[in-house]
Amino acid sequence: MTGQGSIELAGVCKTYDGSFMAVDGVNLKIPDGAYCCFLGPSGCGKTTILRMIAGHEDPTDGEILIGGENVVGLAPVQRRTAMMFQSYALFPHLTVRDNIAFALRVRGQSPAERYRGADAMMEKVRLTELAHRLPAQLSGGQQQRVALARAAITQPRVLLLDEPLSALDEQLRIQMRQELRRMQQDLGITFIHVTHTQLEAIALADLVVVMEKGRIKQSGTARDVYAMPNDRYVAEFIGGQNVLAGRVESVNGVHAHIVSRDMRGIAVPMANHARPGAAVAVAVRRDDVELFRPGADSVPPSMTSISARVQAVEYQGYFVKVMLDLAEGGEFVAYLPERKFFAQPVTVGDVVLAAWNTDYARLLA
Amino acid sequence: MRGKKRPWTFYVLATLFVLYVLALYGPMFCIYVLSFQDVRGGLVFPMKGLSTHWFVDLFTQVRTGDVKGAFDRSIRLAAIVTVLTVVVSFLAGLAFRRRFFGDTVVFYLMIGSLVAPGLVLGIGVGLLFNFLGWDPSWYTSALGAQLSWTLPFGVLVMFAVMSRFNRAWEEASRDLGATPLQTIRLVVIPILAPGLIAVALFGFTLSYDEFARTLQTAGSLNTLPVEIWSMTLNVTSPSLYALGTVTTIVSFAAIGVAIGSIVWLQKRRARGATP
Repeated sequence: MTGQGSIELAGVCKTYDGSFMAVDGVNLKIPDGAYCCFLGPSGCGKTTILRMIAGHEDPTDGEILIGGENVVGLAPVQRRTAMMFQSYALFPHLTVRDNIAFALRVRGQSPAERYRGADAMMEKVRLTELAHRLPAQLSGGQQQRVALARAAITQPRVLLLDEPLSALDEQLRIQMRQELRRMQQDLGITFIHVTHTQLEAIALADLVVVMEKGRIKQSGTARDVYAMPNDRYVAEFIGGQNVLAGRVESVNGVHAHIVSRDMRGIAVPMANHARPGAAVAVAVRRDDVELFRPGADSVPPSMTSISARVQAVEYQGYFVKVMLDLAEGGEFVAYLPERKFFAQPVTVGDVVLAAWNTDYARLLA
Repeated sequence: MRGKKRPWTFYVLATLFVLYVLALYGPMFCIYVLSFQDVRGGLVFPMKGLSTHWFVDLFTQVRTGDVKGAFDRSIRLAAIVTVLTVVVSFLAGLAFRRRFFGDTVVFYLMIGSLVAPGLVLGIGVGLLFNFLGWDPSWYTSALGAQLSWTLPFGVLVMFAVMSRFNRAWEEASRDLGATPLQTIRLVVIPILAPGLIAVALFGFTLSYDEFARTLQTAGSLNTLPVEIWSMTLNVTSPSLYALGTVTTIVSFAAIGVAIGSIVWLQKRRARGATP
């Protein structure tokens, strides 16, 4: 059952009308047994990739390998993939038990045989007491469990999940997220999960794949993608980062000196692409930012600071979100630990120095 | 609203509604009542006696025409029309979910046959049969003429039914290993069953009391509506009304069967298909 679920996408393209590329040359390797999240805004091609891996759509070009063999043109059953559809697509006229037994039924198993299989599966996902309910009589979370069980009974080597949590309300989403991860570890198979919610992706995935306009912008572990975004798009989409635009004024091997119209120079650790005069973006994590009062406090030399005005303050519980208004009109946010904020609170309209450890800033491509 | 005085418009609209209902059902109700007169009964009020005399008369007297034969033919024709309408509408509903070559032309041709005046269409079919040298009859020319009426209706109902059909159900079925035929049999037809019953009901009732298209196409043997029409020309007894009552009962029985089977389907589902 396991060991065969590695996936490789090689030059995969998909176009529906011959000109607009829904998926545009995607290359990716997903190891066997990984939990992989495709993340991107709607229309970025992530669902199309999922459907191509599932065998519900054929790529215009390129190869899809599962367990080392090219599966393009094969039916889903031959691929040994199973899909969990957005809003689950449970058969409304069948009970929970018959929904789960469906795959066994179409394989020609006798009722006794298939119900034995379905009952064992229901036991596993704690659905036994709901066996004779119809999908319409289930809650969102229960429907998701039925959909998972219905897909898992085919013993797939890859499970494909299309926005599996989008039909649930906020609280349930976090709960079911854990259940998904637990199921993945129990089954020991590859999960590919498509979502547009950043938090969902970084909480769940071993491998996060950020997409834009049919292309992969960055793929890596959740921490890589969150803490070390490659470019402005990834930094802004994943969130948690402030992105400042500017121009390289000078470089000295260790630091690049960045200026913009309204910002006196800041130093940023050097990156390969920083040439004097180049337009660049700088990412500063929101939780790396500290606030100092101009004149009263002195900013340590290891830190870089810019002057800004407090635009809004939002209490968030364990931290306080302070929104700063940079002169150039960009938004700059600091997440301050709650106790630290109230030791030295600021209010709307205050002019402050927003400072961060110089080495924590990142030059973006 | 409780305890508040109703505005005057409420009474105006309520009166209007009552008058509307009276105008709608009053005439039919008069016919049903008058059909239960005794042997002295006439075609107008006041009602004379109370019996089922005219119902007996209807099925025994030869001078009233071939009611039993016409009734028989109408039921058979309606059954054939129903089956054809359900099958074609179901397939058309599946086909029209995606674009295909000539789909708009087919659609407008269909709507065209729906809005074409029935009498003219019937005469046209009659003329065509005459021209080809074929004898018109209820199971050939009349069947065709009626299908030109029931098929577009059936397909339009099917469009409405299909609009609530989620394609992901079919994909899920395929994903779980079902063949296309298994998907139709185990997923598509069971989910669409209530809609298909509605289409069948349409097909049956539209055919059963179809007159305009059938008048010139039924040939030498009449269907029931045509027979009733010819009776109005020469029968002057309440047996005509008795016939009206009987055909209405058949129509309601058809509706009852349709609704009953939908309710039965839903009950069976709610109970769960497994023992």
